[in-house]
Amino acid sequence: MIEARFHLTRPGDPPFVLSVEVQAPSVGVTALFGASGSGKTTLLRAIAGLEKIAGGFLKIGEAVWQDQGIFVPTHQRPLGYVFQEASLFSHLSVRENLEYGARRSGGCDERQMQQTAEMLGIAHLLHRDPVTLSGGERQRVAIGRALLTRPQVLLMDEPLASLDQTRKREVLPYVQRLHRDLKIPVLYVSHSPDEVAQLADHIIVLEAGRVVACGPLGETLANVETPIRLGEEAGVVLEGCIGERDERWSLARVDFVGGGIWTRDTGCVMGARVRLRVLARDVSLSCEEPVGSSILNYFPCEIAGQTGDEHPGLLLVRLDVGGSPLLARLTRRSAEALGVVRGKRIWAQVKAAAVVG
Amino acid sequence: MKNNISHIIRGMVLALAVSTAMLVADEIPVAVAANFKAPAEIIAAEFEKSTGHRVLLSPGATGALATQVKHGAPFQVFLSADSSTPTKLVSESLAVEGSQFTYATGKLVLWSAQEGVVDGKGAVLAKESIQHLAVANPKTAPYGAAAIEALTKLNLLVKLQPKLVQGESIAQTHQFVSSGNAELGFVALSQVFKDGKMTSGSGWVVPQELYAPIRQDAVLLAAGKESAAARAWLDFLKGDVAGKIIVSYGYVK
Amino acid sequence: MPEESLVSLALTFRLAAVTTFVLLLAGVPLAWWLSQTRSRWRGVAGALVTLPVVLPPTVLGFYLLLLMGPHGPVGQFTRWMGLGLLPFTFAGLVVASVIQKLPFVVQPIQNAFEAMGRRPLEVAASLRASPLDAFFTVALPLARPGILTGAVLGFAHTVGEFGVVLMIGGNIPGVTRVAAVQIYNHVEAMEYAQAHLLAAVLLLLSFIAMQAVYFLNRNKVVVA
Repeated sequence: MIEARFHLTRPGDPPFVLSVEVQAPSVGVTALFGASGSGKTTLLRAIAGLEKIAGGFLKIGEAVWQDQGIFVPTHQRPLGYVFQEASLFSHLSVRENLEYGARRSGGCDERQMQQTAEMLGIAHLLHRDPVTLSGGERQRVAIGRALLTRPQVLLMDEPLASLDQTRKREVLPYVQRLHRDLKIPVLYVSHSPDEVAQLADHIIVLEAGRVVACGPLGETLANVETPIRLGEEAGVVLEGCIGERDERWSLARVDFVGGGIWTRDTGCVMGARVRLRVLARDVSLSCEEPVGSSILNYFPCEIAGQTGDEHPGLLLVRLDVGGSPLLARLTRRSAEALGVVRGKRIWAQVKAAAVVG
Repeated sequence: MKNNISHIIRGMVLALAVSTAMLVADEIPVAVAANFKAPAEIIAAEFEKSTGHRVLLSPGATGALATQVKHGAPFQVFLSADSSTPTKLVSESLAVEGSQFTYATGKLVLWSAQEGVVDGKGAVLAKESIQHLAVANPKTAPYGAAAIEALTKLNLLVKLQPKLVQGESIAQTHQFVSSGNAELGFVALSQVFKDGKMTSGSGWVVPQELYAPIRQDAVLLAAGKESAAARAWLDFLKGDVAGKIIVSYGYVK
Repeated sequence: MPEESLVSLALTFRLAAVTTFVLLLAGVPLAWWLSQTRSRWRGVAGALVTLPVVLPPTVLGFYLLLLMGPHGPVGQFTRWMGLGLLPFTFAGLVVASVIQKLPFVVQPIQNAFEAMGRRPLEVAASLRASPLDAFFTVALPLARPGILTGAVLGFAHTVGEFGVVLMIGGNIPGVTRVAAVQIYNHVEAMEYAQAHLLAAVLLLLSFIAMQAVYFLNRNKVVVA
């Protein structure tokens, strides 16, 4: 468990305020999500000890890193930090960059070095000079450098933000792999809905220096009391695995707890774990089992709650599909016609869903 | 008509030339060796009182002033710190032949900023405890050459050589001694003498037989050849009023 | 070349080498402090360090002569330490040169540290390097071009040292009569041939030094 309490007001116009009390689980990826200026990077820096916020409290597992009279300096905190720009040391080779942190945290194990380099696809770059690397390669070296310090927590500050789309696609699979293979918690700062949808298990949403939502990703996104938008649209992220592939129509079925959704086949192998992003606007409701519809995906579900949407004519309805949450957007008029009330059994139709990772 | 215009122009040129000549005659640019600056100012004030001419003093190192004269500086009179520079200027036709004369003879003094260090016979020079003895650069400053000459005659040069520190000018040499960085130094009497007595510290006026007289010569420069005021200034310098002032500053007239 | 010219050249290089060494020893930590501190004394300290750039060497030399003399506080201190007085000594020239050349060394190094920013140090800290460790293994190597530029400038400036040495040196052969003073002496004594020879040597060396600075600055630091 990571527990952090920080309160800070910096004078300015408008003044910068950070006032958070958060807990993050000690496994998986916790996304710190918010617009720029929401305080997410400041929070991450405070956790790293790069920012000294007086009166703060920080506990990682059993170790207190900051409290009254206690402030463990950054270099004594067993953490890995990946900055937005790779910030490799230009006077050292790739290998020396990797060794820099490893040497200072209990020695450099050649086997582990090779393993990490293999995992990040940088084994062939070890002898190179950092300035000759591409942005994506640099960021992978930076991640490897942080991992080789055997951290107890990995802090990543928008590691993909400075990369263009191509480079992002190049690095993302490696970060996802980290997610699968790492046994340490990762705090991942991002303002990109895609990255969060693909990577995060937990999410802490910051707005103007305050936590507005916090919890497991799927649950938090589907919470209609405090609807959280990842980007423009409300929606949920479902975790599942490829249950069937239909080569004739180039479709694949993603099975999740409570159902399955056919989607375009993106080439994932059978049984592969993937995430599906289902937007509220792509989900419609019907009182009877749809017949003769073009929509492939429909399943029975139960209405779990509802809330007004940003437009007075719209509603956001939370559904429970055999244990998995879904969000549907419909007009108030349709809702009345359907008789939308909590606990009512109804059919949900999913027009589109995207595999995000 | 054409004649008339040329007449007018000629008249104007003549008028301009006369008025310019009158203006220049009133002001006398004088180059003066730095060591003589103080007495020169007093003498100039007296001169202005009695004649109404104005003396513009430009103090500097003799060598530097001579170089400026060679390159066209408009000085009319040169008060040098030595006699060889005016002679050289005359030989190069930059100064008026026959105008050179010794306006003052400098005296060398062994001086310390502290009371009681220098005795009346200069015996202090033989002391082992001396750390630094300041002299002016003998190559360029007449007082430096005189100091070396005196030390040679006293048979002390070889012994004191390692203790010598050189100032680039007699003024800097005085600074070394007055700031106490050198306990002793050979300086110009005019630097430490006023109204017939030593102004501070202790000193031994080096006897004249130990060094060739440090003649400071004045000369009328080519630019002042036609100036009656410049000649009047040189005459005034030879006179009794100037003489008294010069002696009061520790020079020999 | 006459022996006294060779002696003055050797002395000049000895002075420049010792001065540069002391300058780096003092200048690197000073530049580091100036680049990192948020103290309100930063402005005052920066101005003091830069002062010799605009101060005529004669002014500096004059005050040093007074300060280091028997009545000056520095002079009394050095005497109390049993070191004697500094004017007219090689050590005195080193002290004066160090003070006067400090800005030429501190500024390029400070610029290098500032251009580097805090990021490399934060990275080092996140990789378990203590501040001192990070200073030696990250900050210094990254600031190397600035440090070399400072060293070359400090060396070259000291080789050309004149004004201050003239004020406090006392023109002692082999001790304080450096090449620039020797040239001045030659010119004053109208020994133009010797002056030319020595001046040409200094000119050539200065040119080489400036080439070095240019070369060093061509390869700017790149933080990947």
